[in-house]
Amino acid sequence: ETKKRMPESTKEHRVEQVRLLDRFSSKSTNGTLYLTATHLIFVESSSNNSTSAGQEIWVSASGGDCSAGSAGCPLVIQCRNFRMVQFVVQRERDCHDIYSSLLRLLRPVSYEDLYAFSYNPKQNDQQREEGWQLIDLGAEFERMGVPCDQWQLTDVNRDYKVCETYPRDLYVPITASKPIIVGSSKFRSKGRFPVLTYFYQEKKAAVCRCSQPLSGFSARCLEDESLLQAISKANHNSRFVYVMDTRPKLNALANRAAGKGYENEDNYSNIRFQFVGIENIHVMRASLQKLLEVIGSRPLSMSDYLVGLESSGWLRHIKAVVDAAIFLTKAVTVEGVSVLVHCSDGWDRTAQVCSLGSLLMDPYYRTIKGFMVLIEKDWISFGHKFADRCDQLDGDPKEVSPIFTQFLECVWQLTEQFPQAFEFSEWFLLQIHEHVHSCQYGNFLGNNQRQREELQLRERTHSLWAFLMSEKQNYLNPFYSPAYSEAHPVLEPSTLPYHFKFWRNMYHQFDRSMHPRQSILKTILTLRENSRKQLGVTPVATSDPPAAPPTRVQRSNSNTLPPRPDSLILGAPINHKEVQRHEEDDEQEEVGEEAMESTDTERTVEGSSGTDSRKQSYGELEGTYNSDVAKEEPAVVSLEFGVARMTC
Amino acid sequence: MEFSEHIKTANVEDVVLRQPLHPPSRGTLCITGHHLLFSDREEGSSRQVLLLLRNIDAIEKSVENLLGYSGFFSKAGLSERTSGSSGTITIKCKDLQVLQLDIPGMEQCLNIAHSIETLSCLDSVSEMYPFFYRPADLSLQDQWGLSSPESYYSQMKELHGRWRLSSVNRDYSVCPSYPPAVIVPNSIDDDTLRKVAKFRQGGRFPVLCYYHRKNGMVIMRSSQPLTGANRKRCKEDELLLQAVIDGSDKGYIIDTRSSQQAQQARMTGGGFESKSCYSHWKRLHRQMERGKALQESLIKLVEACGDESNNMDRWLSKLENSKWLSYVQTALSTAGLLAECVERDGHSVLVHGSEGTDSSLLISTLAQLIMDPCCRTLDGFLALLEREWLQAGHPFQQRCAHSAYSHTRLQQESPVFLLLLDCVWQLWRQFPLALGFSEALLLRLATEVYASDYGTFLCNSDQERCAVGVKDKTHCLFQALLRPREKDYYSNPLYEPTELAIWPSVHPQSLQLWRGFFLRWTQQIRHLEEAQEEIRNMVIEWGKLALS
Repeated sequence: ETKKRMPESTKEHRVEQVRLLDRFSSKSTNGTLYLTATHLIFVESSSNNSTSAGQEIWVSASGGDCSAGSAGCPLVIQCRNFRMVQFVVQRERDCHDIYSSLLRLLRPVSYEDLYAFSYNPKQNDQQREEGWQLIDLGAEFERMGVPCDQWQLTDVNRDYKVCETYPRDLYVPITASKPIIVGSSKFRSKGRFPVLTYFYQEKKAAVCRCSQPLSGFSARCLEDESLLQAISKANHNSRFVYVMDTRPKLNALANRAAGKGYENEDNYSNIRFQFVGIENIHVMRASLQKLLEVIGSRPLSMSDYLVGLESSGWLRHIKAVVDAAIFLTKAVTVEGVSVLVHCSDGWDRTAQVCSLGSLLMDPYYRTIKGFMVLIEKDWISFGHKFADRCDQLDGDPKEVSPIFTQFLECVWQLTEQFPQAFEFSEWFLLQIHEHVHSCQYGNFLGNNQRQREELQLRERTHSLWAFLMSEKQNYLNPFYSPAYSEAHPVLEPSTLPYHFKFWRNMYHQFDRSMHPRQSILKTILTLRENSRKQLGVTPVATSDPPAAPPTRVQRSNSNTLPPRPDSLILGAPINHKEVQRHEEDDEQEEVGEEAMESTDTERTVEGSSGTDSRKQSYGELEGTYNSDVAKEEPAVVSLEFGVARMTC
Repeated sequence: MEFSEHIKTANVEDVVLRQPLHPPSRGTLCITGHHLLFSDREEGSSRQVLLLLRNIDAIEKSVENLLGYSGFFSKAGLSERTSGSSGTITIKCKDLQVLQLDIPGMEQCLNIAHSIETLSCLDSVSEMYPFFYRPADLSLQDQWGLSSPESYYSQMKELHGRWRLSSVNRDYSVCPSYPPAVIVPNSIDDDTLRKVAKFRQGGRFPVLCYYHRKNGMVIMRSSQPLTGANRKRCKEDELLLQAVIDGSDKGYIIDTRSSQQAQQARMTGGGFESKSCYSHWKRLHRQMERGKALQESLIKLVEACGDESNNMDRWLSKLENSKWLSYVQTALSTAGLLAECVERDGHSVLVHGSEGTDSSLLISTLAQLIMDPCCRTLDGFLALLEREWLQAGHPFQQRCAHSAYSHTRLQQESPVFLLLLDCVWQLWRQFPLALGFSEALLLRLATEVYASDYGTFLCNSDQERCAVGVKDKTHCLFQALLRPREKDYYSNPLYEPTELAIWPSVHPQSLQLWRGFFLRWTQQIRHLEEAQEEIRNMVIEWGKLALS
């Protein structure tokens, strides 16, 4: 049966007798490693379960480093979905082969090498096309009430001539003429002139975005000033607009020396200028790196963890983004003032703040469909450089940064504060994150719309949104209450530091021993559905009666390659139950270690005689035991405890 | 009543109350022997706030005598001599709530403050409120408590072969902090027990506290042996422990002190079971913080939660510095170790630290929750608390005399029980289906243990409770919590009993600050509570429909 599910290409590279280590416990599993063009697959011996990791795998510098005399050669793989896998390969030669093959495969030179171009979910062209039509940004602006008497669609960028990183369709104030727009775009970094991204109908206030002005120390641009004036005039509720520079002031000042900078309040009538102080992509990259170093080390004491969490600065940065979004939201919804948001190029911090702000203001973006629309609009269409930031091709490592991950985390922090306000659950966010990096779907490939059109992604790849929509019932938040959203259209989160939590399910999604052993999500979804059946309620049009999530076998049969969600499983000992667990994220039915062994109840007791019993390890018992007692009463070393420690 | 001598001013009008989660309101303040009563006199509202004086941990007063500044107020000031001065009393409660009262008239303010200070820390147990509390739907004739060593023993038929119920302590003379009946090995007679008791601090000889049905192994607890610097031995003690593991190759002793601390304890007459004398027992040392260190940790954590600097780094640094979460981690992992020894290794375990009235109870309770499904129901959990904390002699009165805000010099205060509740909450977070009770129960207990209408947590031991007649003259909290309406409220609607052990993850990433308790008076947490209440009702509704 194993063979049936193995893709043909796995014959390419196959290594037997590989040991898979769990990084937080002393467990290990033996099996065979297969390397294909797109996947690395580990199959546990004497078991019919396979696991695979996708294209996103990259090998850390320490990978392939062999220590002499050891019982094998370690291969450490760190994935972009924060999975960390440690293999021990028996022969050094095999290890190096895999290592170098991986290095080659993980650094494709052209987009055509990415998985999206070979991924085939057995859909016909029409289905594929329908998938791509699921999200329509024109309709989204209509939903906001644009065009209207103050805002219009401009065709100035129809051919990407004015700004090649913007979409073709842009919305500007009706009083902004083409010469004004073109003039302004020349005064803005990368031509990214101020355009509308969200319209708050109730107060006719607009959220606009752009890049920094090329003001240097004294330059000014009349067209740019008129464009800002036009934005201000388009809102009768307020006599001024806020200009939110999301950078720390120091960074903006430094940019002036390079002929860039920020708006001089003296030159622009009716603006109020404000710095917000979100750090740049390099700081964010280093911060995540630090965080991963801290949480990846073992054993980790509570103090090390908290000190590390603090010194990584990660939650501080998350808080800064949420704070900025709250500022934006208050300006628009309370004061009724239009806001222009920018940073340097206007595609990182600006995307974070505009999208998060919109999410706070508009309940629609807190639905599954609305959230897709939001990402499509503020991230994909406005040119967040996914290819560079997520390192899709062999690019400049200095361009890589977890900006989008931060956005998803900010949303998660909000879902924790408002459990009823979001239609989707955490699992939805995790799936999106997974596929931003998997390159299995075309949505996030490339850096901007123009590039995507050149790559003909709509013709040659599939859309993630259609896939997620087809599995909608798996992503529902059972606590979602539309009535709550009606009563609280605008969310007012608190950003007091103690409301921010470490997002364990993101950064330790694959570290089994780290998770709560029971998740109520599935239980409650099932309960709710059962109760609906009793009531005879026909589920809402979009969601079919919830079928049980497809089992692994069902999915595998329809594909040559293991489908993406299954690739989440690469780790820990595997049995049937385990596989199911991962398919449903944390919705495990099992209870801790015990349940894992429940198929084999004898083992729990039997375990006492061997190292088995140390699977669940409660801290440094061994160490204390040895050192403390040794001084007075030597030679009382418990092998059971001691041995377990040696092996980890 | 004698309370009246402490009350100089019983009523004050025109007081402004500032309370978290409520807008300030103006009304009448009334002080009685046990309560502070505030009634709102504003139009359209009739809010009453009843605060048990016992709940008050600290008060701060500031008075302003405006007459002193008559120079500035010469025009308006002197017109009303009496209201020319005013004062503010800040009341910090043991449930972490902070209230503020603006009281007109300096003298009244000082009188009130004085009354609160005196009445909130009266020492005499029999004058405390539980002795006066008479709710209509409870009767003093009702059964007091849920469980006893006798009933535990008679229910556990499996015990009867090798274990017996001893009443050696029937008059509390062998061990003042133990209940009259205890479970000990069958082969050990009462005379031997008396001798063992002399060898253990406070007379706390090893007794059975848990029998693991799956494999017949047990958890025993005691205090430290009094080996002293001369390494004294006690044949009877060795005999008793040998009888515990009779027929098995070994047992474990989990000492909740580091081995260094255990060594040092010998200098003051205490000690530990040495390998040479207890050859079949393996000692494992796990240092658990107790006493003052734990109290200071709580104080620091509560201070950190009140910090309004809105600075992430500062918050994380203070959280770390408080060490509270480290103690949660240690407690859970030591309990895990204990359960591991019993359930996985299949050996019996003796748990003790020095006195055996704090950390030992903490980890034996947690280990029982981990292993024993019977302890995870609402009734089972309360019965467990009754056995392992009340009957086992945790000195509640000393430990919970003050909480995080008190300025008085600390003596025996230590939030061990609060630490237990926090650990149980962590378990509950990790196994939301396996425990039969709700977070609300843990919050309720965290409040009641410091100030209560019920007699349950009064005194330091069973003996003391008998002496003042707690069981005859007060109502039992646990019985009250099991009344139908309360029981519904404190049950977990998602509860699905499981026979399996629930092994918690003790990685720091898996543990969390108990926001529901430490931040319970903030707007956000209240908001979350409301959401959870709604969710809870939804779930109950779905559950009913799904069953129908």
